[in-house]
Parts: sequence; structure tokens; C-alpha cells
Amino acid sequence: MRAWIESAGIAGPGLPGWDTARAVLASESAYPGGDLVLPKLDLLPAVERRRTGALVKLALAAGQDALAHKAGGIAFLPSVFASSGGDGEVINEICITLAGNDRQVSPTRFHNSVHNAPAGYWSIATGTRAPSTSLSAFDWSFAAGLVEAATQVVTGYDCVLLITADVPYPQPLLGVRKVKLPFGSALLLAANRTERSLGAVDITIAGRSAQTRMPEPLLEQLREDNPSARGLPLFAALAARKATTVVLDYVGEKSLVVEVSPC
Amino acid sequence: MDPLYISRFAIASSAGIGAGAMLEALRSRRTGLAACDFETAVLDTWVGQVPNQALAPLPAGCERFDCRNNRIAHLALVQDGFDQSVRAARDRYGADRIGVFLGTSTSGILQTELAYRRRAADGSLPDDFLYGTTHNNFSLAWFLQSSLGLTGPAAVISTACSSSAKAFANAARMISAGLCDAAVVGGVDSLCLTTLYGFGSLGLLSAGPCRPFDAERDGISIGEGGAFLLLEKTASGDAIRLLGVGESSDAYHMSSPHPEGLGAQLAMRAALASADMTPQDIDYINLHGTGTRANDETEGKAISAVFGDDVACSSTKGWTGHTLGACGAIEAVICLLAIRHGFLPGSANTRKLDPSIRLRYLVQNENLAAQLVMSNAFGFGGTNCSLVLGS
Repeated sequence: MRAWIESAGIAGPGLPGWDTARAVLASESAYPGGDLVLPKLDLLPAVERRRTGALVKLALAAGQDALAHKAGGIAFLPSVFASSGGDGEVINEICITLAGNDRQVSPTRFHNSVHNAPAGYWSIATGTRAPSTSLSAFDWSFAAGLVEAATQVVTGYDCVLLITADVPYPQPLLGVRKVKLPFGSALLLAANRTERSLGAVDITIAGRSAQTRMPEPLLEQLREDNPSARGLPLFAALAARKATTVVLDYVGEKSLVVEVSPC
Repeated sequence: MDPLYISRFAIASSAGIGAGAMLEALRSRRTGLAACDFETAVLDTWVGQVPNQALAPLPAGCERFDCRNNRIAHLALVQDGFDQSVRAARDRYGADRIGVFLGTSTSGILQTELAYRRRAADGSLPDDFLYGTTHNNFSLAWFLQSSLGLTGPAAVISTACSSSAKAFANAARMISAGLCDAAVVGGVDSLCLTTLYGFGSLGLLSAGPCRPFDAERDGISIGEGGAFLLLEKTASGDAIRLLGVGESSDAYHMSSPHPEGLGAQLAMRAALASADMTPQDIDYINLHGTGTRANDETEGKAISAVFGDDVACSSTKGWTGHTLGACGAIEAVICLLAIRHGFLPGSANTRKLDPSIRLRYLVQNENLAAQLVMSNAFGFGGTNCSLVLGS
């Protein structure tokens, strides 16, 4: 499957957007690490913004960043949201409440617990009624999201926005699910090349082979500590602007082989 | 879209375990709903619970997936020889060439709820609690892949109550893109305290059995269950086909549908366009019909806008309860049973139709051989999906 990457977005610790991340990932500047600094979510009305959780904010920040690098409007933009398991903070709070004697679950917390909360807020924020899907594939969620978005492009949509995000799990969930750092990313996939295209990706599913890692130790740590950050080598290849083969672990003991051809 | 053949299907719900039992429940109008007696829940509501004694431990080799959600998945999987049919398809196509696309809203979260009650003095969760293979959304597809020996593309779609309807769209795209030749689609959701108390906090639980489209409807009855379907590009015999899928978003509110059902209209029109059909072609619509004031009112408006007021329609959630992420697949199977056996299922518990909703809403079963049917599933976050199925 071939798709063109029209634009990219990043929201991660020390990586406040694609413009910064591009330089870091292309090794033009050192990765400083650091805290996550989210941009102001201009897209979402204040009343909605107050009700959102950390995962929604992170996903929207990544999506907003990708659209900032895209020309034109977003009247019809199908989207694919991938996340390993939704907002661990929300799940933790609900499970603590349900384990106690007073089981009054907060209504806002409950609607934020659905896996498609980022997609719902994205639709409200952008006003798009285009189709959107939200999926999970545990550690392979980024790869599964990429496959789904590319599939949508090769079966008919001109442009599809892929947003993947996972936020750190609090204890005690962190003890059973290692999501330690926040990371969100977005790719705007397109069926055709434009003057803005970053490159092409040719995706095939193959038998399991060694996945591509990040040479920089802190970035490799980030890649390992967040399922959504497993896509970092693909972003690095786009940033470096040189033809690269990226291998990502995929479901069913398979790998995704992604040939990145920069424009 | 290119039609896909539904060569085999399986179902397990509170109303019936297996296609025969489900058909019999619909024919004899026997509901699976009863006053809530689930786990330690203390709530004034009714639920559609699959009997605990029906939920056998998972087969050897799959122990790490053990949780209520996957036990229901297993129960559905072994009905009517579905698992054997998939294994035969695997031998025919190859394990890599069969995809698994399933929907769930809460997966095995009950397992985490129970583990939180067993936290150690330092707050940690018990060692025997396995998050990834029980609670994580992907657990469901992971379990099916492991149990059936499938290694093709897979994902779990979790878009609240439209999840397993949308799984059909994912599967159709994957087959169309050539990533697989066949796919197991479906969905499973299971009772848990998160959804019971969560919907309770929103004031959306009916105090009695839910009454879709009734003037005095007061909310949903949560159900549990699972259904699976095998989609193939080709099939022999009289296989019913998936003819169209339509998806949309509301862009309106997280937990309330658009007041005019605009998103629902878009999904239904997209499904018709995908099937290359007009509204007049559809003989019956299985409504999302949850029984909440807002859902039924807005879905009624959306149906009227797209189809007018003459198309036969009903909600079957009074029989199964609202099975949340599983309802798309469960109701697709109900539609297949209706087509195959030449009847249209009426609604349960609907005594006095809401006079403000002008639909040909079926309260009783009708003996009418539907050729083409639509099934609707809508969810929190304003996510909508409609399927067109037909012989």
C-alpha cells in the first residue's frame, strides 16, 4: 500500500510540535528530553476544553499540529485514532471509585472513559462529520492505526488523518502496564502527491523481523515507554529526508515494513 | 462497495445462546432481561445477563485471556460450529489471509475493577492480574487470533456503542485493499460496574426493562453478549451479503446525539450509497433504539428524513438489552435471522408508541420476507454506523 504523507504533527516531552521534532529527529539538534508542554488548543471551545482529560488534550494537540502544516480547509477529513488503552488516569479514578463504598462515578469521567473520547472531541472541535474510527492493538496500536489509515487512502479517501496518543498510566496501573511518558503524533496521509508532501510510504505486512530503534538513547527510551511512540522511527525517517526502511512490530507476530521515500 | 458474503455467523446473548435459541426467543417473544443481580451492583435497573454457569473457562493455552468478556467471546465462538468453520477457512486461505476486526467498548475492564478490590497494602495490584490480555481493548482480537490460529491483520475498534458495526467497515476496507481474503468480524461486551454505574450517573438507566420508542420510555437496560460473522469475497450457497456500510460523526456532543439526528442521517445515506441503493429498496431497519428519550427521538427524526414514515422498523434491545459495543454485530445477526426465516422482529416492552415519532414501528412480529435490511448503531462521542445486509 502506498500513501503520501502530506504533513506530520508531534506532541511529546521536549518535542512541542513537528517543527522542533523535525530538527531533533534529523539529528540536527540534541534531544533535550523534558516535560510535555501542550499548545493552546485553539480548536476546542473553552467549555469543552475544561471537560477533557489528558489523553484528549494530547491527541488534539498532535492533530492540530499536523493540520497547521497542511494547506487548505478540513471540510471532509476522515480520521483514525489509535491508542493502546485510552486514558489510564480516567480508568484509575473510576476503578478506585468502584472499589470503594460510594460508587458515584462522575458523568464527565465516564464519558471521557470511552476509547473514542479523543475522536468525539476532535469532531466537535473541527466541526467535521466525516467518518472516524478509534482502534486499539495494545503495543502495536501505532502500526495498526497506520495500516488502517493507509487502507482508507488506497480504498477511496483522498486524505486521512491518523492520530495516535497514549498518556502515562498512574500507579497501580503503571505496575501492570508500562506507559511512562506522554506521546502523541499525527500523520496526514494522502492518496496523491502534492507540492507539500513530505514523502511517500509503501507499507507491507511481513514476517516478524527486528524493529527499527532510535539511535539516540533518550528517544529510544521514549519509544519504548509509550505504545504511540513506536512510530518515532517513521517520523525520524521523514525528518531526515532520506530513503529509509522502517520496521515496526505488528499484530500476529508480524512486522510492518515501511519504505519511506522523501520528496 | 463490493459485496461480501457472510458465510457463517454465531451469537450468544441473554436472550439466546446460539442462532436457534436466539431465533426462538425472537419468535416466541421471550426477553433476556431481568432485574439486575449482577456481581455486587446495587442499582434499580434491569440487565440482559448471560448466565454465569454458561461461561466456561477458556480452552487450554488461552488461560492468560481469561476474563468475563473473553468467556462470552468463547461462548459465542463455539456456537453452531463457527470456530470450526473459521479453522476450515484458515486451512483454505492461510492463517495470514484472514483478518480479525472486532468491536468492544469496555473489553475486560471488570477484571481490573475486581483487581482494584484486591490491592496490596502498598496499593499494588495482585500478581495474578494480567492487564494486557484481559482488560486492554485488543485482548478480544488477541484471544480470537490465538484461539483460532489466525495471524492476519487485526484490530479492535472501540467507538462505544457503534464499535462492532464499524468493525464491518474496517474488514471491508482491508479485504478491498487486498490485505486479507476473509475476515472474522463481530463484537463482545460484558457487564461491568463501570458501565452500570456510569450510565447510572448519567441518568440513562431504565428502572425496568427498557421500552424502545414507547411514550414512557425511561432509559436503557444494559446487556452483554457477543456475535461473530465470517466475511468472504466469495461463497457458495445462499449466503447473505454485506452490501453497504456508512459511517459518520455528529460533531455535536460527547454524550447526546445531534437533535435532528444529522450524523445518523449521514451514516444511513452513506450506507445506501455504498450499497448503490435508494431508501425505497430497504424493507426493514433494525434501529439503534436504545430506549433513552434522546436517542429514540432523534433516530426517529433521522429515519423520517431519509426514508419517510413507511419503512418497517424496530429496535430489538428489549430482547437482548443494550449490548453496547457488541450491539452492531448482535443486531446484524438478528437481521440475518430475520432475512433467512422470513419474519420481522417486533419490539419488546413497547406498550404505547411515542405519538411524536411517526414511524412504522413494529411492536409485534410480522411475517414478511425482507430482502434488504439496514442496521443502525450509534455511540457516545457522536459516532454513527449503518449497515446494509441482504440476500
